[in-house]
Amino acid sequence: MDFNDTPEEAAFRAEARAFLTANAEPKTGSRPVLRQSGVDADAVKRCKAWQAKKADAGYAGLTWPKQFGGREASPILQVIYNQEEDDFAIPRGLFEIGLGMCIPTMMSYARPDQLDRYVRPALRGEEVWCQLFSEPAGGSDLAALRTRADRDGDDWVINGQKIWTSGAHLSDFGIIVVRTDPNLPKHEGLTFFFLDMKSPGIEIRPIHQMSGARHFNEVFFTDVRVPDTQRLGAVGQGWKVSLTTLMNERLAVGDVQRPEVDDLLELSRRARIDGKPAIRNGAVREKIAEWHARSQGLKFTRFRTMTALSKGETPGPENSIHKLVNASKLQDIASYGLDLMGAGGLVIDDDLTEAYAMFQSALLSSPSSRIAGGSDEILRNIIAERVLGLPSDIRVDKGKPFNQVPTGKR
Amino acid sequence: MNFDFSDDLKQLRDQSRRFLSERCTPAVVRRSLDGQETYAAGLWREIAEMGWIGAAIPEEFGGAGLGYEGLCVLAEEMGRVVAPVPFGSTAYLAAEAILTAGSDAQRQEYLSKLADGSLIGCLALSDGNGNPEPAAIHARVVGGRLTGAKWPVADGGIADIAVVVACDEHRQPGLFVADLTGVRRRDLRTLDPTRNHARLDFEGAPVQALGSGGWGAVQRVLDRAAILFAFEQVGGADACLQMAREYAQERFAFGRPIGSFQAIKHKLADMYVALELARSNAYYGAWALGADATDLPLAAATARVSATEAFHLASKENIQTHGGIGFTWAVDCHLFYRRSKQLALGIGSAPFWKDRLVDLLETRNAA
Repeated sequence: MDFNDTPEEAAFRAEARAFLTANAEPKTGSRPVLRQSGVDADAVKRCKAWQAKKADAGYAGLTWPKQFGGREASPILQVIYNQEEDDFAIPRGLFEIGLGMCIPTMMSYARPDQLDRYVRPALRGEEVWCQLFSEPAGGSDLAALRTRADRDGDDWVINGQKIWTSGAHLSDFGIIVVRTDPNLPKHEGLTFFFLDMKSPGIEIRPIHQMSGARHFNEVFFTDVRVPDTQRLGAVGQGWKVSLTTLMNERLAVGDVQRPEVDDLLELSRRARIDGKPAIRNGAVREKIAEWHARSQGLKFTRFRTMTALSKGETPGPENSIHKLVNASKLQDIASYGLDLMGAGGLVIDDDLTEAYAMFQSALLSSPSSRIAGGSDEILRNIIAERVLGLPSDIRVDKGKPFNQVPTGKR
Repeated sequence: MNFDFSDDLKQLRDQSRRFLSERCTPAVVRRSLDGQETYAAGLWREIAEMGWIGAAIPEEFGGAGLGYEGLCVLAEEMGRVVAPVPFGSTAYLAAEAILTAGSDAQRQEYLSKLADGSLIGCLALSDGNGNPEPAAIHARVVGGRLTGAKWPVADGGIADIAVVVACDEHRQPGLFVADLTGVRRRDLRTLDPTRNHARLDFEGAPVQALGSGGWGAVQRVLDRAAILFAFEQVGGADACLQMAREYAQERFAFGRPIGSFQAIKHKLADMYVALELARSNAYYGAWALGADATDLPLAAATARVSATEAFHLASKENIQTHGGIGFTWAVDCHLFYRRSKQLALGIGSAPFWKDRLVDLLETRNAA
């Protein structure tokens, strides 16, 4: 065992580091970069400027085919680039979904002339993409979605509603899965398209989240026309195409957020229990030890995944472990840190509050980490069924025409 | 990044797994459980002949020189079959103590005999209840003679030599090695009858000091052993998960396999998560052992905490998944449940290692 790069990896790391040093600001201080704040107009500009620079230097779409501006690099080089980029203050939050999920799906299903038109502008950050999947009636049970598309000449006409669409209001294009035949069982009546987000009939409303932020949207469709040439995959194959997109999601989501264990350790030196620093309290020590073991366990699980990538293997459903463990750990550490602050933990004030209010902020944002991109429950199902090989759940909607499946009041 | 065992060691893992699944069947384990034999002596001879006991002992001292990663691989397989042999006591504790703390002469005297199975070793650490700490050591060596009671000592009833934690004339705790011939000993009834445990009463037994003493030497032995035991715990937890998985696929209730219920699926998913985290932490420990890294104490505490939790969870939820049949003597679930606690208590229990882990984090972050 060793933690060393291969010569090729080391050379790439040095090259990426040199690019970043020359073009980006290093992270400063211990203030955490909070992702919950969303992306304002100013940040959009900074994100786009950085993406163009990164693409022109050949660091965007590293694993993509060369014809689309990629390097056809092994996934391990992408991991190495991400590690290096993590040391710098990079404007983020605008292209992850488009480049991580939408464009890879396009590459699998779109026509060559469409790829020529859309891939490069996306890679350079000139055009932003969003993913229109979840619906009020289809979250964990995504295939229960109800947004309709009906054929009309050379077009399809879309009516319905999507929800939890990150960045819809900033997007130029989107990928969407809709129901084209409600008389078929739910997975069979779906079809996949890409569309222009400026199309007439699209209305976007931000969702006011429990954290106070407005990062996601509801998107309403009223007689929105999409040409049949923008269909991805065959009519009725929408579920299969969606799975391609979601495979990419599991690789994209799940990075470590703060407060981490070291933040809690720092806090417990200052917080006091029984006239002594909280760190001297046995119960506090036990919690810190348990979370440290989990954090380290995940870190070294990542190292095992990197080793597999480095050997040319493809990570599978076992990758679900990262988000499953991280999301709850974040919520639990946030809550416990506030407990250590006592009444002061209630206060959100940059001058008064401990640790730049990162514990308060994480308490309010962490519920979304346990839901978005596969809820805890769905991830456990994936581990149980696809890693451990347990039988799938009995489904009462199996084989039934979608329009005869029972629905609830919510 | 190459955070995985080499192909050679994977081959060793496959070979040892195949061998142990044939030779260390539940029927063999149950001979110790039911008191028909104290340990699987036949199996132990075969293990010795294959050179496994001395896997990490350098060739100059009669070992196989496979390195620590090799010993880690074997430890996992021992845990998987709840092997009723003094492998940990001899290889991770006695041999390691002599190797890390002993003089060259002591290494020459003992290691090749431990490696070839002609001597069984053990670590006499506890004086009864309590976790390892200098104040809890009452056994005393005066003029090269040891007096005091050590219990429970894993494999103390079958060992030929013991590495004993005792205080010297200046009440300084340290490591000593004792020949157990003539030492009064009594087997103890324990939670895990598949492993021998004894009380050793030293009444002026002659001993040799291993190294110059100090609690640091004791802790070093415990740290290194914690990583090796973590692999045993990972092997045991993996076996429990596989048992629970197979049962959940085959057992039907309400007209369907119980593994199709989310209550069971999510339980098994949680066992899997705990096991994978423990495995990854153990791997880092294996690297730290092999590299003799400065980070080894923290890696050991982390691996120990993680693996103890994973085996505890997997062994109790394996019984739960089986339902009533899992509570019977005839089904093997309880072998793992017992072994889980045996491994959890032997070299300091979870509260001890969690406290140590935070001590080490504090030291590291202060640096």
